[in-house]
Amino acid sequence: MQYSLGPVLYFWPKDTMQRFYREAAEQPLDTVYLGETVCSKRRELKLPDYMALAHELREAGKQVCLSTMTLLEAPSELRELKRYCDNGDFLVEANDMGAVQMLRSAGLPFVAGAAINCYNQHTLALLVDQGMTRWLMPVELSGDWLAQILRQPEVQERRHLFETEVFAFGHLPLAWSARCFTARSENRHKDQCELCCIRYPKGRTVTSQDGREVFVLNGIQTQSGERYNLVNQLPGMHKSVDMLRLSPEIEGTWEWLQRFRANEQGNAPITLASNECNGYWLKLAGMMQQ
Amino acid sequence: MELLCPAGSLPALKAALKHGADAVYVGLKNQTNARHFTGLNFAEGTLQDAVALTHAQGKKIHLAINTFAHPEQWQHWAQAVDDAIRCGVDVLIVADVSILHYIRTSYPQQEVHLSVQASATNQAAIEFYQQQFGVQRVVLPRVLAMNQVRALARSTTVDLEVFAFGSLCIMAEGRCYLSSYMTGESPNTAGACSPAAYVRWEEKEEYLESRLNNVVIDRFAPDETAGYPTLCKGRFDVDGQRYHPLEEPTSLNTLDLLPELYREGIKSLKIEGRQRSPAYVAAITKVWRAAIDHVLTSPERFQVQSEWSAVLSSLSEGSQTTIGAYHRSWK
Repeated sequence: MQYSLGPVLYFWPKDTMQRFYREAAEQPLDTVYLGETVCSKRRELKLPDYMALAHELREAGKQVCLSTMTLLEAPSELRELKRYCDNGDFLVEANDMGAVQMLRSAGLPFVAGAAINCYNQHTLALLVDQGMTRWLMPVELSGDWLAQILRQPEVQERRHLFETEVFAFGHLPLAWSARCFTARSENRHKDQCELCCIRYPKGRTVTSQDGREVFVLNGIQTQSGERYNLVNQLPGMHKSVDMLRLSPEIEGTWEWLQRFRANEQGNAPITLASNECNGYWLKLAGMMQQ
Repeated sequence: MELLCPAGSLPALKAALKHGADAVYVGLKNQTNARHFTGLNFAEGTLQDAVALTHAQGKKIHLAINTFAHPEQWQHWAQAVDDAIRCGVDVLIVADVSILHYIRTSYPQQEVHLSVQASATNQAAIEFYQQQFGVQRVVLPRVLAMNQVRALARSTTVDLEVFAFGSLCIMAEGRCYLSSYMTGESPNTAGACSPAAYVRWEEKEEYLESRLNNVVIDRFAPDETAGYPTLCKGRFDVDGQRYHPLEEPTSLNTLDLLPELYREGIKSLKIEGRQRSPAYVAAITKVWRAAIDHVLTSPERFQVQSEWSAVLSSLSEGSQTTIGAYHRSWK
């Protein structure tokens, strides 16, 4: 099994980011995704900063992939996306069909992120034919769904051309909006947000009126209230999954990477906490834990 | 500028046509459409009747096949395309790349519109679908501001369709998994959002409580109107503050923007609501027909009539309407 570190979904200060990636360079990770995928106003790190980190991580033996914005609305955001696609060096993760369009037109390979709607063998085959070399399955799909896709002949004949990746740890990115929910939570308009999400390195937790953690607000993104954790499903994944993605958290990411590695053969299962879930993989409502 | 109205049933379709729709959109009675609700939509026999009725009045009928095909039932989606075309629908509204590809290769002459569920919000994404699958029209997600709609309208050669009125999806459509997170069923996979089968109402001493798959979505005091527990419109707590963290129960209403949408050459105004009653469809269609006729006659003198707003508000969620993301202040 290979392990990847997903892009940081929250808005962390520059020095926190640089410290985090210096640590990442020392970790047993195969791939590191870098880049802002949520909000184009978050500019603590700019493309040149990410490129510098990318080179350092590559020197430390990691494969680096530049992750791109998910909800692209303004022409300026497309221009920035183009700069990521034209970086000339590193693989790019497309999180919108606009990015797929740019990358395929340039004849460049790409990773299709979880927000690209690929739900069946024919769409998957089409993306592979356009240059997709790795597929991060949509978060709402199950292990069964993945297995069903992989056994179709269209996919079998292309299986050597792409890797499969599964989001296995972290708060799930579940929705993107025009509205900034973090700004709203502080009674601000998005235009006057003052980048207030920098104060919430884990996002802001939304609880139901009877106290259940329902969502996490992360700017324009809504995440799962519970943390997705497939550490105990890992032993059954070797046939269908090439890479597991851990989504960065402000604390404890590396310890979890160790726990995943330790449980590859099922020797070190973990009792999940009450605010963790694994429903999607098991074909249940995402928030369920079994 | 086309007025495109929803029809979840034959009576709704008749109401839309009678009150001035230029075109109607429908879905099949199965999981291929994103409004797969009990008691709604068209089986093949009624679809043929719907097509005949619509064409007899010189209007167009669009059919949405806009969920994402499941791997082992992919043929069901292809079959839906075959059936719809055999019944003679004018337009297919599609989101799944594989189904777009199937139509392009099997029925190259078929008019296809890109469903809002494909979530194409920018010029590059539109090009992706236009170049490869020849989509003639794109339905824009309800996340764009008017200036962004304008920029797209001026830079693309496809026709654009926007949502003019109805339930307000506040998330980029086709990329919202909140419903499957809570219930296992999402718009993409099951054509459902906050499905009714998971809704429970509980009358307590001090309040009425709504739950979705056992998660408390809201509690209503006796003097409050209790709305359907759509999960993004619930009342929750954030650090001790209780409010609607995502959105209040409200409907989208773009009457104020009508002259501008017209000036930018927006081809079609879509009214949301295939799950609504024929009476609702009739009332909404009447208002929008009158408004569009006003704009067509004298765009510079257009003014929203108070009786239109009154009708629309009375038919809105929580009796509230908003211009939504079209105006920056909503964000």
